[in-house]
Amino acid sequence: MSAVEDVVTEAPAVEAVPKRAMTLGLGTSLVVLAALVIAPIFVKNFIIFQMTMLLIYGLAVLALNILTGGSGQFSLGQSAFYAVGAYTSAILMEHANMNYALTLPIAGIVCFAFGYLFGKPALRLSGVYLALATFALATAMPQLLKLGFFEHWTGGVQGLVVTKPDAPFGLKMSQDMWLYYFTLVISIGIYIASINLLRSRSGRAFMAIRDNEIAASAMGVNVALYKTLAFGVSAGITGVAGGLGAIAVQFVAPDGYTILLAISLFLGMVVGGVGWLPGSLVGSAFIIFVPNIAEGISKGLSGAVFGVLLFLVIFLVPHGARQVAMVAQQLLGKMIKK
Amino acid sequence: MELFTNQVLAGIATGAIYACMALAVVMIYQAIDHLNFAQGEMAMFSTFLSWQMMQWGVPYWGAFVLTLILSFAGGILIERLLFKPLAKAPVLTNVAGFIALYGIINSFAGLIWDFTIKQYPTPFGSSPFLGSQLISTHQAGMIGVTVLLLILLFIFFQYTRIGLAMRAAAALPESARLVGINTSWMIALGWGMAAAIGSIAGMLIAPVVFLEPNMMLGVLIYGFAAAVLGGLTSPLGAVIGGFLVGVFENLAGTYIPGVGNELKLPIALALIITVLVFKPAGLFGRPIVKRV
Amino acid sequence: MTAMLNVKDLRAYYGQVQALHGLSFALNEGSLTTLLGANGAGKTTTLRAICNMVRSTGAIEFEGKPLSGRSTENVVRLGIAHVPQGRGTFTTMTVEENLQLGAITRTDKKNIVDDIERMYAHFPVLKQRYTQQAGTLSGGEQQMLAVARALMLRPRLMLLDEPSFGLAPLIVRDLFKILGKINREDKVTILVVEQNAQLALELADQAYVIETGKIVMSGNAKEIANNEDIRKSYLGY
Repeated sequence: MSAVEDVVTEAPAVEAVPKRAMTLGLGTSLVVLAALVIAPIFVKNFIIFQMTMLLIYGLAVLALNILTGGSGQFSLGQSAFYAVGAYTSAILMEHANMNYALTLPIAGIVCFAFGYLFGKPALRLSGVYLALATFALATAMPQLLKLGFFEHWTGGVQGLVVTKPDAPFGLKMSQDMWLYYFTLVISIGIYIASINLLRSRSGRAFMAIRDNEIAASAMGVNVALYKTLAFGVSAGITGVAGGLGAIAVQFVAPDGYTILLAISLFLGMVVGGVGWLPGSLVGSAFIIFVPNIAEGISKGLSGAVFGVLLFLVIFLVPHGARQVAMVAQQLLGKMIKK
Repeated sequence: MELFTNQVLAGIATGAIYACMALAVVMIYQAIDHLNFAQGEMAMFSTFLSWQMMQWGVPYWGAFVLTLILSFAGGILIERLLFKPLAKAPVLTNVAGFIALYGIINSFAGLIWDFTIKQYPTPFGSSPFLGSQLISTHQAGMIGVTVLLLILLFIFFQYTRIGLAMRAAAALPESARLVGINTSWMIALGWGMAAAIGSIAGMLIAPVVFLEPNMMLGVLIYGFAAAVLGGLTSPLGAVIGGFLVGVFENLAGTYIPGVGNELKLPIALALIITVLVFKPAGLFGRPIVKRV
Repeated sequence: MTAMLNVKDLRAYYGQVQALHGLSFALNEGSLTTLLGANGAGKTTTLRAICNMVRSTGAIEFEGKPLSGRSTENVVRLGIAHVPQGRGTFTTMTVEENLQLGAITRTDKKNIVDDIERMYAHFPVLKQRYTQQAGTLSGGEQQMLAVARALMLRPRLMLLDEPSFGLAPLIVRDLFKILGKINREDKVTILVVEQNAQLALELADQAYVIETGKIVMSGNAKEIANNEDIRKSYLGY
């Protein structure tokens, strides 16, 4: 009786994901972590670079996931926060000769403030309206970065070249490998902090707003505060990712941060599973590798191949990687019982 | 003063493009409660179909009508094949589907017709309209068609039973089923109509922006903006929104220093968002009364 | 007399959870039957299962036609109107549009206009507000609109899900009076699900009592109302 089920489930804007289902179990987490630690030893520098980008985009997707999966707000403007983070790091390194590691917290703070302030007027918007507002931000950002007024610092259309850091303490490690481990440590830190955030009082407030804003405010949740806070946190993490991205790519330029980046991050979140934080890494892998695969299959039709692959993923697993993980977990559970 | 009037007139002329697209946007929004990001690409593909027919010797209006029918059928087909299976999936998954569709259509159009720009004919001619250098007869014709389309849509939604059924299915699917409406087909019908209206928009826009696979990208964004500004539930609002956005954009480009072509879009969007902060349902959208 | 609606061994499921455990009952044509039971007993689920709005097994026949496998809209088109819990008002449309929607499957355009007038006669308050957005009506007015909308289908069977919910007692009495009138005069068979057992038993001629997804009692409404044991153990008054 398929006609029957049609009726019962009206898909909500963002599905309610219980808190515990937002993360992986300890055992699985350790396995994934071990794989991430060991893998670079066996591969070439270019692949290490790609793995670094995987982590960086993973962070950016995670940030969007906190905003959307956590607090139910939607953003197509993440590329703007990413750009601000990247430029903050690049300018501090090149103009103020600051150590790369120190620029990251500053990038995070600057973006937090930016996101928090942007979240204020965005409070009155929801759904498509918020999507349009954030979209406007994303389209405006590359143009703003090109403005002659800022050119002294931003390098205008040309952008800025960033020096890649060497491994410290005389470690015998290639620059790429050092940067990978550096990024990995930061990513783990942010991941753990995010989980704790979502499990905290604030996290509960986010989720209450996501599930029912009116009920949340009736329970005494300061809806305005937490919604803007979610924007701030999300922007802050995206900013750190942007800073890391600038260091890894060794270059910032306005056209690297167009709306396409924001759309990619959005796709990453959907493919990874909205509201499932570990899925961010899966989503990040999708947006980094699938375009390459599509290009490999057919140069002229790469857009179409990408589209078809994306359709396949969302047909097979409309709830993203979270769905795969849940099915796998159930199967495993059954096998163990037997 | 003359500069001002001229810019307003020119804005109305470009606004007609946005208004036309905004109508298609509102149409699909009525049916499925989403903005379809692939709508511009669907319109572009339809326009290429009509161009191809004219290359094969079909006269303009013949190609126009055939394209309309094909687009309607195509819209329904896309819904049945690609989006009906996603009906139960989360909303954001559907949005991802729109983006995928965008890539597929854009890529195929490029493969079939390549990326060089092509001339596209206009049935209205392109001489100055009533002696004005600012509005051509084509642009005047476009405004006329948009207004006509608007009137037809208004009649359809307000005074026909199927229009009422479509509105009901969009507003409250479960209740709509309980009065016997086949909501699934209403959605398909909405897709078909949106595709058909989009194809009209595409065929009217193509003589202005020239025909090529990326021709609708900018137009769609402005069309969204216009629809949101006017109120996504109101076809009239969408059209007025379209004209307003056109005028906004032109005036900003002329009077605000430092606004080149590149910053026109962000400024127009920023203005729209400012409006939305004060009128969240858009200028003409029906404010929704909710009992909690 | 053969039954108009025959429900046999109905089992319904929400995901993994079974809500109805083999429910059977029958409605005679022209009857006004009430289905009573506590919160969570399965009353709403029973109505939803008849309209195929939940996953269910078992046999449901309406005037000899099996309902299983039909979509909700096709069940409705057979002449079964369902006033859902929460009333299902199209809040953004006008009162009149709501009524027109009730008749959306009918093709006899002329009679529809007459029927709308008939509804205004039943529920004068709706006439006063016919151009108003339905969402602005009060709860009681919305319930009347929901009943009127269901009647616009010219149903042979009407299912009502807790029409008294959230309404002031006086308004409930009015509403029930109108339901009785509709049942007698328009020959509409009615199945009303209620928590307010006392009122429902006054109105109905037949009653079923449902507990945890099973029928535990059935019979003449007056008899059930007069049986103190049943009242105390199942109906709580």
